[in-house]
Amino acid sequence: MHAIEKILAKASGKDRVTTGEIVNAKVDFAEINDLYLQTVYSFREMGGKKVWDPDRVAFVFDHYAPAPTIKSAKIHQEMRAFARENNLTYHFDINCGVCHQVMPERGLIYPGMIIVATDSHTTTHGAFGAFGTGVGATDMATVLISGELWFRVPEIIEVRIEGTPPKGVYPKDVILHILGQIKADGAVYKAIDFTGSYVEQLDVAGRMTICNMAVEMGAKTAYMQPNQKVLDYVAKRAVRPFEVQYTDDDFAYSESYVFDVSALSPQVAVPHSVDHVRPLETVEKVRVDQGFIGSCTGGREEDIAVAAQILKGKKLPPYVRLVVIPASTEVMQVCLEKGYLQTLIEAGATLSTPGCGPCLGAHEGVLAPGEVCITASNRNFPGRMGSTEAEIYLASPATVAASVLNGYLTDPRTLL
Amino acid sequence: MQKTIIGQAIVLGDNIDTDQIYPGRYLELVDPKEIGRHCLAGVDPEIAPNFKPGDIVVAGKNFGCGSSREHAAIALINMGASLVLAESFARIFFRNAINLGLPLVICPGISQKVKAGQTLEVDLEQGTVKIQETGEILAGEKLGEQAAKILAAGGIKPLFRAKMGVKE
Ligand code: SF4
Repeated sequence: MHAIEKILAKASGKDRVTTGEIVNAKVDFAEINDLYLQTVYSFREMGGKKVWDPDRVAFVFDHYAPAPTIKSAKIHQEMRAFARENNLTYHFDINCGVCHQVMPERGLIYPGMIIVATDSHTTTHGAFGAFGTGVGATDMATVLISGELWFRVPEIIEVRIEGTPPKGVYPKDVILHILGQIKADGAVYKAIDFTGSYVEQLDVAGRMTICNMAVEMGAKTAYMQPNQKVLDYVAKRAVRPFEVQYTDDDFAYSESYVFDVSALSPQVAVPHSVDHVRPLETVEKVRVDQGFIGSCTGGREEDIAVAAQILKGKKLPPYVRLVVIPASTEVMQVCLEKGYLQTLIEAGATLSTPGCGPCLGAHEGVLAPGEVCITASNRNFPGRMGSTEAEIYLASPATVAASVLNGYLTDPRTLL
Repeated sequence: MQKTIIGQAIVLGDNIDTDQIYPGRYLELVDPKEIGRHCLAGVDPEIAPNFKPGDIVVAGKNFGCGSSREHAAIALINMGASLVLAESFARIFFRNAINLGLPLVICPGISQKVKAGQTLEVDLEQGTVKIQETGEILAGEKLGEQAAKILAAGGIKPLFRAKMGVKE
């Protein structure tokens, strides 16, 4: 069996499971973000009184943190009331950050667990050897009542990544490249296991970036076998004992892809699809109005550090903006201590509260018609960051920093 | 569950994501009727005001990809869509729609075969689609057992209410 199958089998009280089988699995943690007040409504409609386990449910206020409108303030208000009523052990209000960053930091994510969240990027937690998947509000309400959810045991695709990328090429470039090949529907309903020498040595932040974007290929979940860096990270934080699962040697993947990243160059996804990916050097000189470094894909310490490295002692040109939003308060504090944020502010960047920011066009830096944005986040669908007539290019934080510095799409290797 | 659905088609392309079905700027709305008015606003804001209740949404590959926002399914239902036919669906959208009682049928090739405004007769049990104008019958996929069970109950909520012993 694959590690993912072992996680599902264990959670559903079985010795083994097979592809296609429907299992009812116990959920280890359920997270609801502030777009999903509907969860509370569905919970009540279905006769829910108290959540099944107050230690295993949390709200994270990230999409509307802090509340930009009266309507979103009321959403927070109703969610806080629900959290209080249910005596939830964990509550992450507007002072915390993006759910997928906050949960691992607080030790709620660890190998071998099942995490469901009302957010498609829950695949991020495959970085820790966990089974993470996104659900809608009503599925989540059934979890809050019963502590369980039905899953179809997925086909598992292997994406083997070999080699060490050249300087100036980052995990974001690697996943964009893969996405460009496998395409936005290449893994629908399936799980992706990222393997290979590149993944084995990759740090926690890079693993999270790659697993995060697995959902852009339609994947139900992503997985990476935990390495020592992951085990060191969770050892300090995990709130519960855990068991790492391992894939059996004789496991057969439904499909396998192999990528060698030794000669990869910086990549961009051009408007308006995540899989319109091209090597940066083949893209014409595109003017940029705004850069964004942030989100659950590209707002970690490593992402902000490389931007600071590129922009140290420099100034953004007139009329070009850079919005920087650390993915969490912890990230913000570390970046403050290390001086990255001061460097970026001196270069002309705008700093905003940890949270999703303009990633989904809800607030803090949305785009006007005709504007061009280069972003370290994960989606460039029409209208994702504001106007449907804005253009969004996805790239690594280094490419974002280099591009705002010049005012047009720029290869960061020229500045490192 | 209604076994046969007849309605006129609107036809959309591939990879219609949830931001196009229900743009992020409307996410703070909670009234379902209001949500329905912005359905597919990211494709064309004129679709929802002109949509006739009972009509059918036809799309290409990977319909509903992107975020897990249940608003996408809520919007389709409240716009009056009786059914969505697509070449394939994204997973979370699929679950959300079935949970809320919106039938979906996977039908390879559908977005090329059907023209906007044609009348379709869809047999949900068999997964077949008949284009009334041409008489052509397309073979879609039957729903999986779990999905069919939820849909037959009218969605996951009635199913759960029964389980919890909640009186209507
Ligand atoms: S940062 Fe963006 S992708 Fe991540 S959870 Fe927030 S809105 Fe979604």
